[in-house]
Amino acid sequence: MTTEIRVRRPTIPELLWGQIKYQNRIFWRTPIAAFFTLVFPLMLLILFTAIFGNEEIEELGVTTAQFFTPGLAVFAAVSATYTNLAIGTSISRDQGILKRIRGTPVPPWVYIAGRVGSAIYIAFLSIVLMMGVGMIFYGVELIPRTVLSALFTFFVGTGCFAALGMFVAAIAPNGDTTPAITNGTLLPVAFISDIFFPPVDPPTWMVVAGNVFPLKHFAVAFRDAFDPTLTGAQFHWPELGILSIWGVAAAVIALRFFKWEPKAGESGRGASVRRDEGRG
Amino acid sequence: MAVIEVSGLVKRYGDLTAVDGVDLSIEAGEVFALLGPNGAGKTTTVEILEGHRTRDEGHVAVLGFDPAGGGREYRERIGIVLQDGAVERELSVREALQIYGSVYPRRLPVDDLIEMVGLQSKADARIKTLSGGQQRRLELALGLVGDPDLVFLDEPTTGFDPSARRQAWQVLEGLTSLGKTILLTTHYMDEAQHLAGRIAVIDRGRIVAEGTPETLGGRDEAVTRIRFALPPDAKPESIPIRGTRMANGLIEIETASPTRTLHDLTSWAVAEGIELERLELTRPSLEDIYLELTRDD
Repeated sequence: MTTEIRVRRPTIPELLWGQIKYQNRIFWRTPIAAFFTLVFPLMLLILFTAIFGNEEIEELGVTTAQFFTPGLAVFAAVSATYTNLAIGTSISRDQGILKRIRGTPVPPWVYIAGRVGSAIYIAFLSIVLMMGVGMIFYGVELIPRTVLSALFTFFVGTGCFAALGMFVAAIAPNGDTTPAITNGTLLPVAFISDIFFPPVDPPTWMVVAGNVFPLKHFAVAFRDAFDPTLTGAQFHWPELGILSIWGVAAAVIALRFFKWEPKAGESGRGASVRRDEGRG
Repeated sequence: MAVIEVSGLVKRYGDLTAVDGVDLSIEAGEVFALLGPNGAGKTTTVEILEGHRTRDEGHVAVLGFDPAGGGREYRERIGIVLQDGAVERELSVREALQIYGSVYPRRLPVDDLIEMVGLQSKADARIKTLSGGQQRRLELALGLVGDPDLVFLDEPTTGFDPSARRQAWQVLEGLTSLGKTILLTTHYMDEAQHLAGRIAVIDRGRIVAEGTPETLGGRDEAVTRIRFALPPDAKPESIPIRGTRMANGLIEIETASPTRTLHDLTSWAVAEGIELERLELTRPSLEDIYLELTRDD
């Protein structure tokens, strides 16, 4: 009844490109993810500049928008990678989609790279959107000499948070608990990472706690690349180093514990036996 | 050459031995059913063959590959129809088939597949709007999109109502006509009988019987059972056949030579002027054989 189509075996780059496109398509059809990644951080920018007025923050020597825009762009990029990858991947596992993928010729790493690639692409869009709005409406400056460091920081930072997102996906019991884990970590850390408040006389504990986590380093390195009061190329090697350590550690643990089969709200070997028994 | 060759397959989960020494040999073009009650080890066996699970012991060769390390080359040649599979609900039927098809070197045309599983009217609908039965049919199409040499069907109609099952069977029969090798698991006897050319009954991790629907469990050689009732005035002692017994108010005779036995019985009845009431002659159904094989002792 039917004739097969013989086509060339897809190359690995073709497979990878296909996976990225397909993850992007899913993203745009998940309005809640698109809202929290692209629209919500913009709302914060509009809100903060409205509350504080777009005046110069005396202690920092830059305007409110010049301070908040890069930080909120980082926050958006972290939502696009850390939050979306963790939630999306654990939901896909619950639904059995990861198991299906394991039964196809797509190499596992290509699938994961497709998800991560798509997340970093969305993160890039969110940063461009945020910086664009900042520049057009709030007079935020872009400094040509630091564009390279901004881009490099972007890739190191989103790589780190993509790894952390996959780490959460690996350890989370199911997709219902993942949003609690990502929001319960990202929001408190954002408060001590100079994202929502300028660092004007912060308590010492807050500085120390903020330095432990990777978000502040991402924000500082990225923001300084847009700071007109600074000079030089603004490559923040210590910050980039800390981001790399977090990213590599998260990736190693994620690889160790990642599961392709639904965990069904339980974990460990006993669960898979019970499931087997139920299903024959 | 056998497409699936399994010997001494063992899978343990802690103290539980889910698969306990299974041997299978399935030839190209065969439709083979692995039949057994829930928890018998069907899904575990199939998932080992699919490469989803590792085994503890035994030799497994599928299409010449060891599924545990077959990787991309192996998965390009198999199609898996998962029992609990799902696909992104945000995609349309056509998109899902295009996306999942794009990873195979050989593909079946998307429109043909949609027609084959009867989803023409839903081709461009989002998957989240499909009914459960329609999603399972999409599942089947997804298992075939890479034009596989071997198709695994894990309990394809579990949870279907009778009419949905008939419909699914029609689709599956179309599939068998494509000449693909199919390994099917089911706990429905009638499904195995209807679809499969050969059946293995699995129980508590072991294959307890194997054969065609006609010969399974010695069904072709099984004794025939003759049952009847006598009118109140007839004397059962005078029946010229040994080994009669009472069962549910009927007289029952089991015989390996039914022609002869029936002849003796009816000759006697005619000679005595007795009408054998409710006379019936039965051979064990596949259902009887199956229940006998998987009986909980």
